[in-house]
Amino acid sequence: MEWEFLLVQALSGLASASSLFVIASGLTIVFGVTRIVNFAHGSFYMLGAYVAVTIVPWLLEFDRSPWLFFAGVLLSALAVGAMGVVMEVLLLRRIYRVPELFQLLATFGVVLIVQDLVLLAWGPVDIPGPRAPGLRHGVDIAGQRFPAYELFLIFVGPAVLGLLWLLMHRTRFGVLIRAATQDREMVGALGVNQAMLFTGTLFLGAALAGLGGALQIPRVSANPQMDLSIITEAFVVTVIGGMGSVPGAFIAAVMIGLLQAFGVLVFPKITLVLVFLLMAAVLVVKPWGLLGRPEAAAGRAVLPEGILDPGRLDGLTRALVVVAVAAVLALPLLDAYAVKVGTEVLILALAAFSLNFLVGNGGIVSFGHAAYFGLGAYGAGLLVVKAGLPMEPALVAAPIAGGLAAALFGFFVVRLSGIYLAMLTLAFAQIAYAVVFQWVDVTGGDNGLVGVWPSRWAASREVYHYMVAAVTIAAIVLLRRVIHAPFGATLRAARDSAQRADAIGVDVRMHRWLGFILAGAAAGLAGGLYAFSKGSIDPTLLGIPMSVDFLSMLLLGGIQSVLGPVAGAAAFHALKDFFLPLTDHWRLFMGLSIIAMVLLFPRGLAGAWASLRRRPA
Amino acid sequence: MAERVLEVTGLRAGYGPAEVLFGVELHLARGEVAALMGRNGAGKSTTLKAIMGLLPPRAGSVRFAGQEIAGAAPYRIARMGLGYVPEDRRIFTDLTVAENLDVGRRAAPAGRSPWTPERLFGIFPNLAEMRHRRASAMSGGEQQMLTIARTLMGNPEAVLLDEPSEGLAPVIVEQMADAVLRMKAEGIAVLVSEQSLDFAAAVADRALILEKGEVRWEGSIATLEADEDVRRAWLTV
Amino acid sequence: MTLLAAEGLVKRFGGVVAAKDVSFALDPGEMLAIIGPNGAGKTTTFNMVGGQLRPDAGRVTLAGQDITGIPPRAVCRLGVGRTFQVAQTFLSFTVLGNVQMALIAHHGQTRRLLADAAALHRDDALALLDRVGMAAQAARPIGELAYGDVKRVELAIALAAAPRLLLMDEPTAGMAPSERSALMALVAGIARTERIGVLFTEHDMDAVFAHADRILVLVRGEIIARGTPAEVRADPEVQRVYLGHSGTRAAERAKRAHG
Repeated sequence: MEWEFLLVQALSGLASASSLFVIASGLTIVFGVTRIVNFAHGSFYMLGAYVAVTIVPWLLEFDRSPWLFFAGVLLSALAVGAMGVVMEVLLLRRIYRVPELFQLLATFGVVLIVQDLVLLAWGPVDIPGPRAPGLRHGVDIAGQRFPAYELFLIFVGPAVLGLLWLLMHRTRFGVLIRAATQDREMVGALGVNQAMLFTGTLFLGAALAGLGGALQIPRVSANPQMDLSIITEAFVVTVIGGMGSVPGAFIAAVMIGLLQAFGVLVFPKITLVLVFLLMAAVLVVKPWGLLGRPEAAAGRAVLPEGILDPGRLDGLTRALVVVAVAAVLALPLLDAYAVKVGTEVLILALAAFSLNFLVGNGGIVSFGHAAYFGLGAYGAGLLVVKAGLPMEPALVAAPIAGGLAAALFGFFVVRLSGIYLAMLTLAFAQIAYAVVFQWVDVTGGDNGLVGVWPSRWAASREVYHYMVAAVTIAAIVLLRRVIHAPFGATLRAARDSAQRADAIGVDVRMHRWLGFILAGAAAGLAGGLYAFSKGSIDPTLLGIPMSVDFLSMLLLGGIQSVLGPVAGAAAFHALKDFFLPLTDHWRLFMGLSIIAMVLLFPRGLAGAWASLRRRPA
Repeated sequence: MAERVLEVTGLRAGYGPAEVLFGVELHLARGEVAALMGRNGAGKSTTLKAIMGLLPPRAGSVRFAGQEIAGAAPYRIARMGLGYVPEDRRIFTDLTVAENLDVGRRAAPAGRSPWTPERLFGIFPNLAEMRHRRASAMSGGEQQMLTIARTLMGNPEAVLLDEPSEGLAPVIVEQMADAVLRMKAEGIAVLVSEQSLDFAAAVADRALILEKGEVRWEGSIATLEADEDVRRAWLTV
Repeated sequence: MTLLAAEGLVKRFGGVVAAKDVSFALDPGEMLAIIGPNGAGKTTTFNMVGGQLRPDAGRVTLAGQDITGIPPRAVCRLGVGRTFQVAQTFLSFTVLGNVQMALIAHHGQTRRLLADAAALHRDDALALLDRVGMAAQAARPIGELAYGDVKRVELAIALAAAPRLLLMDEPTAGMAPSERSALMALVAGIARTERIGVLFTEHDMDAVFAHADRILVLVRGEIIARGTPAEVRADPEVQRVYLGHSGTRAAERAKRAHG
């Protein structure tokens, strides 16, 4: 390979690194001060692009000058900053004290809302942006043509880094941001109005995301998928760099930009896997990222958010369980539609229960549980479609596929805790999604695969329903038993105090890993059953929205309760099935519902049931 | 009788379901140093946090400089001129000494000469040498000095000082006592929570003894030192 | 025979030497206190013995077996119980459940998937709680207890591993004075009757001088004095750098109080 070619490749890597850094720096600053991982950061990026493709052409009508182009880009960034302020004032301010799982879900609610609002405002068609006047030409670099705009982008990243450094070290606002990153409450006790500081931080963070989006318009059209594609990359950059560290984000962005630029030459199809390997390698050596630091241990011991005492079922709850099981068995007496929904509810209940085994029982907040569900579905589906095996061995393979994936990803995941862990599970899930999406020869890519049908004896809806009922109820009963067993208690103990668990001789990491594998296998089994109930598999089974659906079921059911997620799955799926065909704005509705639940109803159905039971008769 | 800068009546507060304070009554005169004493768990730190608004009071009144502050946000209370030095120091370890002081900086009330880093370095000479050093590189004693200096940068009229001698070697404790006396000399009222009678006797004019969330005894330090019965009843075994 | 021996322990953090050639030995049934100003290297030394930190140089042996640098869970399995400066318990468990959990771990049953955890080792757990005077509270959630009682339960958890050695980091921190002496008396009684060695750090000079058999004084990572409470109390260097006036007074008070 010629060195000239490598040079140009390196430059284009640096250009993407630069863009990535601008976006990730905002995410990391906001996290540092507010301790909230803002899923909607990707939405701000998308809004930046949409606002820019709207106002920049309008400005260029007056005069096609580079200055007006960049004025438009900056204006877009400021406008998005203002939207960040709105989000802080309306939502974030109310959730600074809720558990991180709920914070993540609430900001994801904003993602859903923004998606629908963008569709309403700009429509579903991609909108190309104008090219930057004065930077439309190519520059000759060592005999190769290189776009001038890309060259310009290379300088934007270091310039933003330098400006942020000045802001952080030379202004009082910056010093306060750094102080608040460490101890918000103390900053308040010294007379600093935290609300203003947080609002200012959100302005800065959202404006950086908006700037990142607006700068992209000469390269990519504004489109409604921009948000989730960028947020994963931004998460990976902040995790590798160390959350809250701006210089760390810069280093990580450069590493990833170059890795992708050169990785494309060596492994053109699986650059994402390279990113995954880089992230895994960094986290093994430095679990808190390159320049990050461990989360400060909570000063005062607090009760964990999750299952406290698994306890025994009281009489009325027991009766409720019996009624629910009877109803499930009686569904075939109704109609085929009820059976279909009932089968799906059972499968999702197992998936949600396996997730709560991690979240509620183990304190392991996985934001990518759909990966194991989806890989179970693909494991089973590929065996049927590609290898021609019947349903039975395929259903045995499903939990094995989910468990193996959980073993691989979990090996890294259990080294972390809290928000780092959540981000890592999400990143792994996105990698699994990308592999399934890109490996078209095997997986069928975006279209997925059809023809995943049950064996002949289970071909009728009713028989399949009873088979699913038998398998899922047995699996849930078994997992519930494990929660009551020493293994489940050990996971709760490690969640309560890892230090104490270690001191009584428990290998905390090993137990958390085994728990992760068990939950992954159960999710994989659910995925396999789901594949046969649909007759097909496709990448949405592994997507972020699927993971969020599972978490919403926990939220709706109540993570403090052992059986709550089962109720949550039933309620969530029934509602979704009922409302989805009725509205064009399901995401808006869903986003608002998630936020409302976080704000008003954080203990879910099980919490409501428990308080009902406590009330004197 | 001296004007009261801080007056607390019927203050109740707690954490979650647990109640800690059951109607605390106390006051602090302008320029006075009072020691809030009592066994661990008696509610000393909780009292200071509740006055500062870090723990919202459930009932009762807290008046500072003539204004009701119960239920106000901590930053508002701090801006009115009440400083708070936490028990666990809570230094910003990522920031330099100078930046830590800058976080605490607030304008002085009219007619008062403001605290500056230079003036503070006069009291805490160790800090001057490490002005541009990160606070993470400081010893526990130096951090304790920095946390007091940081609060003084807000030019407070009164300071709540939580367990300044806790966990420090006795030689450093003596420097802390000096610092409290310097604050008093500057006319700053100090309410210091303290377990050690030695420390309280060195700095305070008056002692209040807290027990199970209520003030049970109040009097001069001299009386407390002389009265073994009181000490035995409230402070020691 | 020596139960615990530390030989020439060294630990550096960046350029700072936190422990420099620290050596000591501890016999079964003996209470050894490490005192010193903040930042003197007490916790560092402690963590090198407990497995939380690996020393840069030196050796730790437990009953002749080299345990240098092995992880805390392995140290625990060799018969070392530990309590923390801020009590570490399983907050979502009952008092009894906490001790049961420790016994489940001690018996290597943490991976059992089907047994009922709440039914395992109940009697043994109750017996341990009885030893620390907490049996009457067995059914309560541990989060409801007063802090002094939590510390007692933590002691029962540490004893569940049938330890030969107890490591106690500031055992009385955060407790009321009356609870302090009772807890230390309890620890001393258990140590002496069951021949358990106790290594502890402590700021409360009353507790140290009343209950320690021997004391190490650590300053800037080095042991500057060692000996019986009487010897350490009389050491003018110790008085100068650490005890100061109030510490000496506490030492005197303890001397008067405990003869």
